[in-house]
Amino acid sequence: MGLLFHIGRYFAFMASALRRPQKGRVFAQATIIELEAIGVQSLGIVALLSLFMGAVIAIQTAHQVGGWVPAYTIGFTVRQTMILEFAPTIIPVILSGKVGSNIASQIGTMQVTEQIDALEVMGVRSISYLVLPKLLAALVIFPFLVVIAMVLGIGAGAWICDAADLSSFADYEYGIQMDFKAFDVTYALIKTCVFALIITSVSAYHGYHTSGGAKEVGRSSTKAVVYSVVIVMVANLVITQLLLT
Amino acid sequence: MIRVSGVDKSFGDKAVLKGIDASFDAGQVNFMIGRSGSGKSVLTKCIVGLLEVDAGTVQYAGEDFTTLSSKEREEIRLQIGMLFQGGALFDSMTVLENVVFPLRMFHSMDAEEREERAMECLKRVELEGAEHRYPAEVSGGMQKRVALARAIVGRPRYLFCDEPNSGLDPQTAIVIDNLIRDLTQEYKTTTVVISHDMNSVIEIGDNIHFLHEGTVAWRGDRKGILDSGVKELDTFVYASDLMRSIKGKLQGR
Repeated sequence: MGLLFHIGRYFAFMASALRRPQKGRVFAQATIIELEAIGVQSLGIVALLSLFMGAVIAIQTAHQVGGWVPAYTIGFTVRQTMILEFAPTIIPVILSGKVGSNIASQIGTMQVTEQIDALEVMGVRSISYLVLPKLLAALVIFPFLVVIAMVLGIGAGAWICDAADLSSFADYEYGIQMDFKAFDVTYALIKTCVFALIITSVSAYHGYHTSGGAKEVGRSSTKAVVYSVVIVMVANLVITQLLLT
Repeated sequence: MIRVSGVDKSFGDKAVLKGIDASFDAGQVNFMIGRSGSGKSVLTKCIVGLLEVDAGTVQYAGEDFTTLSSKEREEIRLQIGMLFQGGALFDSMTVLENVVFPLRMFHSMDAEEREERAMECLKRVELEGAEHRYPAEVSGGMQKRVALARAIVGRPRYLFCDEPNSGLDPQTAIVIDNLIRDLTQEYKTTTVVISHDMNSVIEIGDNIHFLHEGTVAWRGDRKGILDSGVKELDTFVYASDLMRSIKGKLQGR
C-alpha cells in the first residue's frame, strides 16, 4: 500500500485516538498503568545507558583532544552531547525498541485475538481507549527520563574524569557550566515530547492494523520500531533546523 | 428483533454475501448454520457493525443500523452482548475484571453492585471460585464461559454467540446450550448463534437460517431442518454417520 494511504490512515487513526475518553476514571487508571509500564519499567535501561555513555564520551573526548585543548573541554563536550543529542534523541530511539515494540505487539495481539472487536461490539471506542493513555503517559514520562539521562550522563563523565585521572573535578565543573544556554534544555525537551508522540502513535498504529496471527504481530512490532526510528530521525533534523538556526 | 435485508458484502472481487435477507426474533434462539466459508461470520460482523455492508440494511427494532452515526451506533451497541469464538477475553485482566468491564465502562453502579452482578453471572456459568484467575490460567472451556458471562452481564437485548461450543466437551456444551436458551427466554433476548454443531441446533434452535455460498438457502425450525428437501442442507445435516444413523429417530421427535 502506498505511503499516502498510510499517512491518511495514520491521521484518521490519530483523530480517533484523541477523542474524549468515554469514562474519565477508567482513562485515569489506564494512564497510571501506562506511566508505570512506559516510565518506571524503562528507568533501569535509561540509567544504565546514560551512565556508560557519559563516561565513554568523557574518555573519548580526553583521548581525542587531550593535551592540545583545555581540560574543561571534556566537561563541556559531555554536557553538550548529553543535552543536545544523546538524552533527547538516542534515549527515545532506544525506548522505541522497548516501549514501541511492546505497544505494537500488545495492541497487535489484541487485534488478532478479537479483543479489539470485543471492545467495539461493547460500544467502547477502542482506539481512544487503548491509545490515548499511552500517548499521555509517554508525553509526561519521556521528558523525566530524558532529564534523568542528562544528569546521570554528566555525572558519570565527572566520575570517570576523576577515576581515570582525565581532568580535575574543578575543570570538569567549569566545563559543564561554561557558556551554558538554558534554551538547549528547552530544545531538548521539545524534541523529546515530539519523539514521545511519534514513537507511541506510530507503534500503536502498526499494532492496531495487524491482521493474521503471531507472525504478523511480530512483523508489526518490527515495523513499529523501524518506522518510529526513521520518523524520529527526520523529525530531529526538522526540529533542529527550526529551533537552532 | 433484528431484520437484515438485501445485504451484499464483497472483499475485492470475491462476493461473500449476496443479497442476504434474514430476520432474528426476540425471545428465540436464532441459528445461522452453514459450511465454513458460507458467510456466517461475515454476516454476523456486518450485523454488529464490525464490517460495513456494501448494500442493504440491518435493522435493530426497526432502526437501520447501517445509516446511523457512530454515536448512535454506540447506543445500540450498549444493548449487544457477544460471545466470540476464541473468547476474546482481555488477558491483562482477571476473570472477574473481564466480566465487570462492560459495567465499569457503561453503567453507573458502584463497585460493590458491579461485583455482585458479575459474580451472579459467573455463578450462572458455573465459574464461582475462578474469579481471581487470569484467562491464561483457565481452560478453553472456562474461557468460553467467562466470555458468555461477560456478554450477558449488561443484560443485553441482543446476544450473539459465535461457535459457543467449539472446543468444548459434550457435557459443557450442553450446559452452555441450556444457558443460552434459558437467558433468551428469561430476558426475551434476540439471540443469534453461529454454529456447526447440529446437536445444539436440534436441542435449542427455534429459528434456523442455512447459509450456502453467501445466500440464505433455507430458513425454518428444528423440525423442518431434518427433511428440508434442500440438497445442500441435507448434505450438511447428515454429514456424519451418527446423524445418518439417527435420522429416523430425529424425524419422529
